[in-house]
Amino acid sequence: MAKKEIDVRFKKFGVVSFTATTKVNDFIDYLEKGKVAGTVCKKCGKKFFPPRADCYKCLSSDMDWFVVDGTGSLMTYSTLKYAPVGFENELPYTIALVDFGEYKVFGRISKEIPEDEIKIGMQLKPQVVTLPNGQLLYEFIKA
Amino acid sequence: MEKKVAIIGVGQSAFVRGYPGSIKELAFEAFRDALQDAGITVDEISASVVCSAPEYDKQRSPAGVLAEYLGLVPKPTFYLESLCSSSSMGLRIAYSLIESGLHDVVAVIGFQKMSEITSAESQERMGRGADIQWESPFGTMMPAYYAMYAQAYMEKYGLTLEDLALVRVKSSTYGQINEKAVYRKPVTLEMFSDPESPISSPVASPLRVGDCCANADGSSCVIVANKEKAKALCKKPVWILGLGAASESVNLSGRELFTGLSVAINAGEQAYKMAGITPKDIDVAEVHDCFTIAEVMAYENLGFCKPGEAKELIRSKETYKEGSIPVNVDGGLLSKGHPIGATGGSQIRTIVLQLRGEAGPMQVKDPEIGLVHNIGGVGLYGNVTILGRD
Repeated sequence: MAKKEIDVRFKKFGVVSFTATTKVNDFIDYLEKGKVAGTVCKKCGKKFFPPRADCYKCLSSDMDWFVVDGTGSLMTYSTLKYAPVGFENELPYTIALVDFGEYKVFGRISKEIPEDEIKIGMQLKPQVVTLPNGQLLYEFIKA
Repeated sequence: MEKKVAIIGVGQSAFVRGYPGSIKELAFEAFRDALQDAGITVDEISASVVCSAPEYDKQRSPAGVLAEYLGLVPKPTFYLESLCSSSSMGLRIAYSLIESGLHDVVAVIGFQKMSEITSAESQERMGRGADIQWESPFGTMMPAYYAMYAQAYMEKYGLTLEDLALVRVKSSTYGQINEKAVYRKPVTLEMFSDPESPISSPVASPLRVGDCCANADGSSCVIVANKEKAKALCKKPVWILGLGAASESVNLSGRELFTGLSVAINAGEQAYKMAGITPKDIDVAEVHDCFTIAEVMAYENLGFCKPGEAKELIRSKETYKEGSIPVNVDGGLLSKGHPIGATGGSQIRTIVLQLRGEAGPMQVKDPEIGLVHNIGGVGLYGNVTILGRD
């Protein structure tokens, strides 16, 4: 009997990926198309970012995808000068949380924005980047 | 609040770098210290709860291994984990084991041996105490998450880098007189502005090395008993008056508050309500100062001052030993070190010794009620425990 193929698309996410299988790995297909996407519950309309396969509110697993668009406001951030194992070559880099109103998105701020220009409240939008090793990531750039 | 469950013994190993022994031997140090403190033998213990965070050492299911070494077999034992608040959560479980009548004397044993891996490896493991699917792939680590809180807090309330440094300066005042602390050297404000000092070295903006606690190896043990056993075995029982515990969204995108920790607010409110007291009744406190900003937020989240006013408390030295609300007068995590699973038990031990009047050079004047605030992860889990003397 043929071995069942396991969908490990998600291992493409991030500088270092820690998990390969998830029911929301269509997220990777959206990244490959240059889009950052979340899920929305078809039953109750609740939007989720990061995307989820299951709605805890109405227990439905019937979800649609939505694309993160428009601009968000920078809630907070930190620039790392010391990195955990596997991220040393990325230093320095800035992690951030951006508020899009209905949902918030955790990610990284593009190095194109100088550190001294990063300010809480600034308007940002996501941009998908392909790393030299082929891994996919998203960053925030100026809106 | 009726006094039903008491702490009858506390113990702690020295917190050190590179403990020259196994986790069993490390746990034994705190266990022996607690049994001797309680004046009992191992035969009095009817169950044990073993608390740590996994993956720092190779042992899987450490409860059985420790129970065997400590002579606790065949009594029930199990492993409990809530990251850095594991042993405070252990105390909560011990309370319920006793209050339910299942057991009469329970040992809560916390340990962590972190030195078997490098600091960068440790940051990677701690980073995986957050959301490994959606956050860790960006290169997160604990100091950076707390730094995000610091950034938001400083922006909103005008807290300065010097205010953060003042928290570390206070900590080092007491770390120097705590013989169990890993960091016993003085830390001054000048060191934070001296580029030659390792204290000023940036880690994750705005936090510097001096804003961060150090990894350490260590163990702690708290022995908990029901009313009858406490009265029969112990001359100075310290009573558990209030317990609070809460959780928060792992992923920061699920949170609303970035100038405080919701788990601390929620757990604090529960503990105050259970004890039937208010923040004004607290005479001495241990708060989870894994980073300087964490202590600042704790002052407010526990109601020692209003939101935004923590800087006044640290500037006016009100949280020093002689102040109106002494906090972390044993050096806190910043000076003692932070062996994850042992930390909560160590905080509880400090407050027990304070309430018994046995804290030596760190003793606060005649405290009656003390509080322990212990946080797991980046405000992922929170435990607040209120203790009172007999």
